[in-house]
Amino acid sequence: MNRIDERFHRLKGAGECALIPYLTAGDPDLATTQALILEFERRGADLLEIGVPFSDPLADGVTIQRASQRALRGGTTLTRILEMVRGIRADCDLPLLLMSYANPIFHFGFARFAKEAVAAGVDGLIVPDLPPEEGAELIEATAPHDLHTVFLLAPTSSRERVQRIAAVSRGFIYYVSLRGVTGARSRLSDDLEATVRMIRAETDKPLAVGFGISSPAQVQMVAGVADGVIVGSAIVSLLERNAGRVGLVKDAGEFVASLKAATRARQAEEHRGR
Amino acid sequence: MAALQELEQVYLKAKADPAFESEMQGYLRDYVGRPTPLYFAERLTEHLGGARIYLKREDLCHTGAHKINNTLGQILLTRRMGKPRVIAETGAGQHGVATATVAARFGMACEVFMGTEDMRRQALNVVRMRLLGAKVVPVEAGSRTLKDAINEAMRDWVTNIDTTHYILGSVLGAHPYPMMVRDFQAVIGRETRNQILKCEGRLPDYLVACVGGGSNSLGLFFDFLEEPSVRMIGVEAGGLGIASGRHAARFATGELGILHGTMSFVLQDGDGQIQTTHSVSAGLDYPSVGPEHSYYRDLGRIDYVSATDDEALEAFQLLSEFEGLIPALESAHAVAHVKKLAPTLEKDRIVVINLSGRGDKDVEVAAKLLGRSEGLSQVGEG
Repeated sequence: MNRIDERFHRLKGAGECALIPYLTAGDPDLATTQALILEFERRGADLLEIGVPFSDPLADGVTIQRASQRALRGGTTLTRILEMVRGIRADCDLPLLLMSYANPIFHFGFARFAKEAVAAGVDGLIVPDLPPEEGAELIEATAPHDLHTVFLLAPTSSRERVQRIAAVSRGFIYYVSLRGVTGARSRLSDDLEATVRMIRAETDKPLAVGFGISSPAQVQMVAGVADGVIVGSAIVSLLERNAGRVGLVKDAGEFVASLKAATRARQAEEHRGR
Repeated sequence: MAALQELEQVYLKAKADPAFESEMQGYLRDYVGRPTPLYFAERLTEHLGGARIYLKREDLCHTGAHKINNTLGQILLTRRMGKPRVIAETGAGQHGVATATVAARFGMACEVFMGTEDMRRQALNVVRMRLLGAKVVPVEAGSRTLKDAINEAMRDWVTNIDTTHYILGSVLGAHPYPMMVRDFQAVIGRETRNQILKCEGRLPDYLVACVGGGSNSLGLFFDFLEEPSVRMIGVEAGGLGIASGRHAARFATGELGILHGTMSFVLQDGDGQIQTTHSVSAGLDYPSVGPEHSYYRDLGRIDYVSATDDEALEAFQLLSEFEGLIPALESAHAVAHVKKLAPTLEKDRIVVINLSGRGDKDVEVAAKLLGRSEGLSQVGEG
């Protein structure tokens, strides 16, 4: 069984929402990324999304654009990211997903990527610039290796498209909470809850929400309606602000712990019979 | 995806609607100034001593380039979609100016994304866009050229998708853009066919056009694709020379890749990261090329060559001195290739160059570069 399925199954049993932190691999270097992954697991992360840096990150706001540039300047490549995953697998049980734009994987070769990624211990793949309409080749290449391909839904997605994506997305469905690119926002979209409920009526697959979610309060709100909450730019921004400081990994872990606590807060409130 | 699907539906519906066609025709005639002439370049022909050279005068379109054929079509679609705001990317500034122009004409808000490197070298067009009421948004990311402007325009579009239409300027990006932009530019080739038949009584032997994203070239070529006697040559930016690695000749050293929602030839490194490009002309300075070009290249239907910065500058001056036409540096790449090609052909052969834009915008850059090089300033006397 794929670690992603296993993890969501277990969380569902416990009535818990998954916290899915995002890191840009190689920002500032892969050794730090490795240390962060292990720390995040220890501090309550349930799954982890590892961003593959790309020269032209279309779906990302400035925070992750800058992180990608730092990582590329440091010589981060897809091959080295897979080596890093292989290196920590013995110490890490987290389901790991790579988030990569299409070209680095296409250039690597879809089939070769699927084989090597799974061998290294990667469980899933998110490609923000490859909609399922164009994703047949990728799905064909990844499915035999049990590498889950997660597809994205947006607030503009029609019911018909929700059904289509729910049918092909594996592991979970990624709901982009807003119209726009990644990056911390002070407030979440007003129609978030309603849209999430609409999607959940169409599918039993786990639904994780990302883009713009940056604070424990926002995590708590989303955790009330979704199976998973993805936090990216807020973590990347914390790493950027504290670059080079002693205790960086620990501080980032502290933040992840506060986010994880927020996924449980609503549950605890409901438990008290509110 | 929802916006792309909406656009495709609206476009296909408009295409089938005679009212849309007659509306387009009216504006193309009275506002853009079509049909543009097909002009026999007599002195250039004599000078090169070979094939008869014709110039398709897209430089005479309103705003000074072919770009408005497309922006006009897309602004009419924007109106049909009921969106009040348009955005665009621009490299040389010609597409930005053409977008700002139709936005002003139809009373829509307009923002144009432009790399700061391009703002520097196409400063005149920045002023024009601002005069036309558009906001020019400087893009500092990456190579600060066209590629980065497209990234930023796409980020804006997904953020403001409910109110905004993205007027993409070339046969690039996700479907339906490559098809739609090609269709709007195909008027160039349709006119050329009628015009050449009228003055020569037969089809041309060669069509030559520069290829950045590839809209002026595909616009000229499209109507002739089924004519086996017509050879087509796309001229890419050779920059400082292919061997230097500093160029934008995708078909010379590029590989298949995925950028900006489309699969095509892309200049990239061994890890699939997009490479920065170089060309003296901002409009050709892009690491990928319209997917349909890759298709016709693989079929062997269209040939692709490149011209270097120096060759383009030389052609820029050549056309100015022999025909009294200052071409855009982009179009000068096509002229540069014909300078090599024409003398090798019999005198009864016919070559049509797409003079896709005029060169006023490039005068400052060209003056600087030409002033630096003694040899180039004397080309006309050679």
